[in-house]
Amino acid sequence: MSETFVGMPAFPPPAFPAFPKAAREAVNNPTLRGNLRHATHTIRAKRARAVAEVSDWAALREAGKQIKDHTLRHLDRYLVQLEESVTRAGGTVHWAADADEANRIVADLVKATGEREVVKVKSMATQEIGLNEALEAEGIHAYETDLAELIVQLGKDRPSHILVPAIHRNRGEIRDIFAREMSAWGRPAPEGLTDTPAELAEAARLHLREKFLRAKVGISGANFMVAETGTLVVVESEGNGRMCLTLPETLISVVGIEKIVPTWQDLEVFLQTLPRSSTAERMNPYTSMWTGTTDAETADGPRTFHLVLLDNGRTDTLADEVGRQALRCIRCSACLNVCPVFERAGGHAYGSVYPGPIGAILSPQLRGTASEIDASLPYASSLCGACYEVCPVAIDIPEVLVHLRERVTQGGQVTQRGNKVVLKPAKGHAAERAAMRAARWALSRPGALRTGQRLASRTRRLHPRALPGPGKAWTGSRDLPAVPAEPFRDWWQRTHGGKDSGK
Amino acid sequence: MRVALFLTCVNDTLYPDTGRAVVKLLTRLGVDVDFPMGQTCCGQAHYNTGYRHEAEPLARQFSDVFRDYEAIVTPSGSCGAMVRELYPRMGERARAEGRGDTLARTLAPVVPKTYELTEFLVDVLGVTDVGAYYPHTVTYHPTCHGLRSLGLGDRPRRLLKAVKGLELRELPGADECCGFGGTFAVKNSDVSAAMGTDKVHNAESTGAEVLCAADNSCLMHIGGTMTRLRTGMRPVHIAEILASTEEEPLG
Repeated sequence: MSETFVGMPAFPPPAFPAFPKAAREAVNNPTLRGNLRHATHTIRAKRARAVAEVSDWAALREAGKQIKDHTLRHLDRYLVQLEESVTRAGGTVHWAADADEANRIVADLVKATGEREVVKVKSMATQEIGLNEALEAEGIHAYETDLAELIVQLGKDRPSHILVPAIHRNRGEIRDIFAREMSAWGRPAPEGLTDTPAELAEAARLHLREKFLRAKVGISGANFMVAETGTLVVVESEGNGRMCLTLPETLISVVGIEKIVPTWQDLEVFLQTLPRSSTAERMNPYTSMWTGTTDAETADGPRTFHLVLLDNGRTDTLADEVGRQALRCIRCSACLNVCPVFERAGGHAYGSVYPGPIGAILSPQLRGTASEIDASLPYASSLCGACYEVCPVAIDIPEVLVHLRERVTQGGQVTQRGNKVVLKPAKGHAAERAAMRAARWALSRPGALRTGQRLASRTRRLHPRALPGPGKAWTGSRDLPAVPAEPFRDWWQRTHGGKDSGK
Repeated sequence: MRVALFLTCVNDTLYPDTGRAVVKLLTRLGVDVDFPMGQTCCGQAHYNTGYRHEAEPLARQFSDVFRDYEAIVTPSGSCGAMVRELYPRMGERARAEGRGDTLARTLAPVVPKTYELTEFLVDVLGVTDVGAYYPHTVTYHPTCHGLRSLGLGDRPRRLLKAVKGLELRELPGADECCGFGGTFAVKNSDVSAAMGTDKVHNAESTGAEVLCAADNSCLMHIGGTMTRLRTGMRPVHIAEILASTEEEPLG
């Protein structure tokens, strides 16, 4: 098993191609298009119904936004408060500036237990840092226990969605993966497994049960951390997460520093908005909450608890006035499900564990805009605004996308690892920059615009049907509009000439 | 009421019929329309592609040209949204960059009095029946910036429903973006084309002759896709439908 296991991609990722190139492959894959269309449209409609039945949705959305903004503004204070609360409750807090540090801390903690296996609760933060791969390098096997993450891990695949990481797979593909791969990882799939949901779920249940009962170490992330009490919260639908949170003797949670809320009362807002936005459920099925190890003597639960607080670009993101709103994200994935670009390009094209609209603004901030994929992500949107409309914490994703486009084309000051640095404009935009400048010059002079329009009108019979060079991107799929015999302004002057104010 | 037509650079250059339709329609409704010749472009393409600083002189020019009118009417949801939603933001950004209030103050006067055409008709003139005649089956595509930034809501459809002879067919997936998105159409042409194709197939499924919208740049993309796919449907700007009468039918 260990020879074939490749785990999640290392973070930062191996050079992913720019978004348009990866998206082209997805667009031309009919199975993938069908899987994504079916899944996103189903959940999109369910979410719309679940949200519509809440009369104070707009107020909840605003409250969520304000709680997050307040917490981020005072993050320094709340982080210290959280550390005190967790420590008081018997936990140990570790601080990780980046992925490498977090991975090293976790690997050392696991090794100290003498164990060679861990079970994992579905967690974005541990995927972000490539924890499974880092553990594998240390000889520790990490087993994903979320059904969809299991499908991805068994299929030696990459997750393509925040909430439903195997959204790109259909039932038939999942059956094949289970039948082919389960035996190498533990209990094999039952003989004659079909693709009915009940049989697939049962195969996963039997396979995973073995892992739950054996594991001594669990690893999780968290959806929320309550500063006043030191309580961590995991929100999930399957109950597999709760198995990992309660059965092992040692629990290690890796959580981004932006996941704090100040008080228990603040959870009231998010435990309403998160389930409805993500799975379209009125109430979340399994909401696990634990506070250090204080209940270890009286109840089920780990005897040892470690919290690894992960920065990994978050403080730098927080330093940016426009971009910091991305840190409000509660990972509901409503923006993915409603995004027409995600629906067609698929999650893998985003080259990150954070796909879709939120990924397009998170990845270039957490990782910077130096790589080909990260410099292309801010353009992976038609700016239609559907993502902003559904976001339960009102992240104006189009605003941040445009802001990051500016960073890519113009460069400018950003914060990297706590230091202010001045970025150069990204490569590959020189021609565009010149064209934009020329267009601005011409458009600042009505006379120049008119000259251009007249030239276009007079030569209109000579215009080619298909454009060369960059214009091919238009005419490859669309005809060009016919240029009229005269622009409007010439007609206006001919017919209304005397009336114009002369401006 | 002294009303200026802000036609937009795309319409001025490529869709003069839309401009003539707006003039005809507003004149018929008793509005004194002017077309200030100093107008060019609102700067949206620059702004949305990441060239905010190149958009600023265009925004200042827009304000210089239009600030003295009582109302500014534009047959484009996205250019209207540029002025109403993004001009204030440009002012804020300039302030945040330590450049003071000058830009915000320069742009402020034009922001509240810029109206997308259907907004102007319904909210300012208070009409939904504009006396139009258009004997065709039509389906309406709400373009994204009109729908989400300006919140045009059902105004365009109310106007269309009042048109004599017009049969309005509901467009499946109407709220989904057509895939134009300005420079997105060429920077991510494969995804853009896939979105356009889906939009056109949805439009075809209505059996309508005409797909109508309030934004010619989206219609340029949808229409270009329609002819490439040989659908037989045609794109028509809402202004041209509303300007059409029994005496002088258009489109």
